[in-house]
Amino acid sequence: MEHGQAEAVLHPHAIISQLKKNGVTHVVWLPDSETNFMYQQLMEDPALELIPVAREGETMAIAAGLWVGGKRPVALIQNTGIFESGDSIRGLGLDVNQPLVMLVGYRGWDRHGVSRDSAAKFTEHIIHAWGINYYLVETDEDASRISLAVEEAERTSKPVAVLVGTEFGA
Amino acid sequence: MISNLDACRVIEKSRGDALVVTTMGAGNPRFGWPVVSQNQSLDVPVGGAMGKASSFALGLALAQPGRRVIILDGDGSLVMNLGTLTTISERSPSNLYHFVFENGCYAVTGGQPIPAEGKVNFKEMASGAGYAAAYEFDDLEDLASNLGRILDGDGPALINLKITPEIENVPIHLRERPKRTTRSAVQEVRKALAG
Repeated sequence: MEHGQAEAVLHPHAIISQLKKNGVTHVVWLPDSETNFMYQQLMEDPALELIPVAREGETMAIAAGLWVGGKRPVALIQNTGIFESGDSIRGLGLDVNQPLVMLVGYRGWDRHGVSRDSAAKFTEHIIHAWGINYYLVETDEDASRISLAVEEAERTSKPVAVLVGTEFGA
Repeated sequence: MISNLDACRVIEKSRGDALVVTTMGAGNPRFGWPVVSQNQSLDVPVGGAMGKASSFALGLALAQPGRRVIILDGDGSLVMNLGTLTTISERSPSNLYHFVFENGCYAVTGGQPIPAEGKVNFKEMASGAGYAAAYEFDDLEDLASNLGRILDGDGPALINLKITPEIENVPIHLRERPKRTTRSAVQEVRKALAG
């Protein structure tokens, strides 16, 4: 493997340091294979409170309560969970002007080929349909896009998505 | 059985400075919480995101650990989001009090029975999920005489109330709508808590 390729990975600390830099207090999440690599470090970091949910539609509602109560949460779910969460994104995200950053594990995403996974096929179409902007994060170098998402969510008073690609490291 | 409005009146008497989240029949503008609330600046009606009012209340309770958070949920709403019981139990906020207005039906859509109506036991479900306490009342005086003790105790507590159904058959666009929307309420409450 060439040196450049070896560097092109996404490490947990790159994302977690972005969350902390932006004053994120809570991570409301349901584990998925694309973002599982962050789990241990999230669990061990006292600056971020992890709130596990039973199903993804809870995340936007819990985040809304945290936000109203003065905290700054993010949601961390898989793209399949985005499909499940439609009514929550509408009712307690867009309709109430919640500046929620949703980190979304991009299952099936493949920059270099054609994905056969319908989860990937529909993800961006669905997010577009809500009029929600999104950023793609695949490597440590991309992680600063999380700051852009936080800034945009606050400025526009609406949810912004960050799609987390699959090229992650340990 | 307890009427929707009587249940709200009794809860209001013990409410203190609690934040109150409402949904469906409990938040009805004709016979629900808006009729009796003495502090609407701390009320949040959650109409959208069906079934998720209890999830919203969980977030509020975790963000405001020094203040009681009361959720007035419906049985139809709870069965839409049963996972909320384990999610609440996992974090176990001691300041969260989860009232379920069990009328056995989807009263706002014409009174169709909820799944497992007459068989489901929400008190046992909450206990089984790991709530700190769970209660059930079908008598108003019984509820009134125990509520202070319940709200002084540790949550999360589920208080299941057997409620007389009040069916609405009028099309939604012709019904009286709550004066406070979820959007305006979250902004007001957020400001009040920050102040």
